[in-house]
Amino acid sequence: MTKAVVELRGCTRDYGAVRAVDALDLTVHEGEFLSLLGPSGCGKTTTLNLIAGFVPPTAGRIVIDGQDVTARPAHLRGLGVVFQSYALFPHLSIRENVAFGLRERRLPAAEIDRRVGEALELVRLDRAGRQRPSELSGGMQQRVALARALVYRPRVLLLDEPLAALDKKLRESMRDELRGIQRTVGITTIFVTHDQAEALGLSDRIAVMNAGRIEQLGAPRDIYAHPRTRFVADFIGASTVLRGRALAADRVAVAGGNLRVAGVALRAGEDVELAIRPERVQLVSAPGDNVVDAHVDGLVYQGAQTELTARLTDGQRVLVFVTEPSPVPLVTGETVRLHLPADAFMLLAS
Amino acid sequence: MLRAAVAAQLAFMTLPTVVVIAVSFNPTAILSFPPAGFSLRWYENVVTYPQFQRAAVNSVVVTAGAVLLALPVGTLAALALERGRLRGRHVWASVLLSPLVVPGVAAGLGFLMLAAALGLLRSRAVLVAAHVALVLPFVVRSVWVSVRNLDPALERAAASLGATPWRTFRRVTLPLLRPGLFAALLFAIVVSLNEFVVSLFISNRVTEILPVAMFTYVVNYTDPTIAALSSLFIVATFVVVWLADRYLDLGRVFLQH
Repeated sequence: MTKAVVELRGCTRDYGAVRAVDALDLTVHEGEFLSLLGPSGCGKTTTLNLIAGFVPPTAGRIVIDGQDVTARPAHLRGLGVVFQSYALFPHLSIRENVAFGLRERRLPAAEIDRRVGEALELVRLDRAGRQRPSELSGGMQQRVALARALVYRPRVLLLDEPLAALDKKLRESMRDELRGIQRTVGITTIFVTHDQAEALGLSDRIAVMNAGRIEQLGAPRDIYAHPRTRFVADFIGASTVLRGRALAADRVAVAGGNLRVAGVALRAGEDVELAIRPERVQLVSAPGDNVVDAHVDGLVYQGAQTELTARLTDGQRVLVFVTEPSPVPLVTGETVRLHLPADAFMLLAS
Repeated sequence: MLRAAVAAQLAFMTLPTVVVIAVSFNPTAILSFPPAGFSLRWYENVVTYPQFQRAAVNSVVVTAGAVLLALPVGTLAALALERGRLRGRHVWASVLLSPLVVPGVAAGLGFLMLAAALGLLRSRAVLVAAHVALVLPFVVRSVWVSVRNLDPALERAAASLGATPWRTFRRVTLPLLRPGLFAALLFAIVVSLNEFVVSLFISNRVTEILPVAMFTYVVNYTDPTIAALSSLFIVATFVVVWLADRYLDLGRVFLQH
């Protein structure tokens, strides 16, 4: 196990009667890219603000590199922060924005000059130095903010929804660039986002947050394949939750069908919730094991695939992504057969 | 219709000014309109009249003192009102902006009694104090607009980059408040230089400022000297506002209220 760089120990933060962060424990390791992922209001930005020192915790300790920094003000924590709004200083040139942290560290002018040049080169903006932030596009401002936060080689990089303000295409290219830069610099990074695709694509580990707590912490594949709660299953990727009753350790009764379940252990007689990803459900033409009848409720053609909303005989709905061209004709109101593979089921904690 | 309304309003606002300026060049010693000729003798009278000279010095001293005090105090007040965790923020705001609605006579009487109680009636200090109180609402209001437009993330960014609270204020907050501070400065100068009612209560022949001296003059003489001085005042104010509008987007500062 690599070294712990940032540790939150039982951190709580209240805003009036609202508990934004609730007794949070989290350890971020050296060189790791960790995402705090959750819907707005889940406490992810507050968690970032606690680490940055912008707000003090109501209770709990914050430890960086083994030192308790709970009472240390933001300007003495030596972290790099990129804000959602970029927060570039509008009255300073790009160069001066990037030089800000170095000037505060009273480095010699020549050293500042050299390092600002390097940082701007890293984000491919070495020619924009004299311009003001308002003269730059959103993507460029984003890169300046990144250069400004990296130039003094902070211990940890904190990113607060840095891609949210960009349009889709730019967001995707910036995402790749961000990952590339983070790998090059090798800096421990904490990334706040509500976008599951960003979190899945960028992170070494993801902490899925809900109501001020970490609902699940793990590698992207692990979280996607084995969501432990309904919240995580819903929030990360699309999924359908089916209710049923366990008949045996590997058997469950759903919508009149007797389905085999692999990879999870059920207790006979128990009511269970099983989630299944829409891309794992298959359309088949013949009846068979784990095949149930369903009624086509809705179809949304999306080019590469069609989103099919199907209704089982007991009224439960199943979302299916049908890769085009569809193996069977799809008509609203008709009946189709769905194959629910045994190993596609994910058991949710009740 | 609209055009006519605008023209009427413009005429209504500018005609008195035009009359005053025209009268100031009148060669005869009575305030009559239209003027009977062209002369600069009343302008000569303005600059050579000893009481005006003394009052001009007083005006500069009082205004400078009031502005130098009101600007930092008002700026801190605006920051506190917007950022501070103040109980009863609305009450504080009302108190700070109240001189705008207190009648001048009432305020003047108050300052007079206070100054008398403190034995400061012969001093310009009481004028400075009164002017600070009178310009403060304008300063607070102007700076407040700028504070409100300031993204708090900028100050957080500065802190994250290693700037102490004081350095953050110096390098980020203050430069970004500049438009508001500039507007506040102009407001304060114009309001203080033109203040009359309150100053009348608390000044004497030695400490009186120009508007008061002008009033005293008008009470005693009826020649166009006062029109000449008024014209100078009008031109000076106009130049200040024109410069302000040129170098700073006044519309932006005001329309954001």
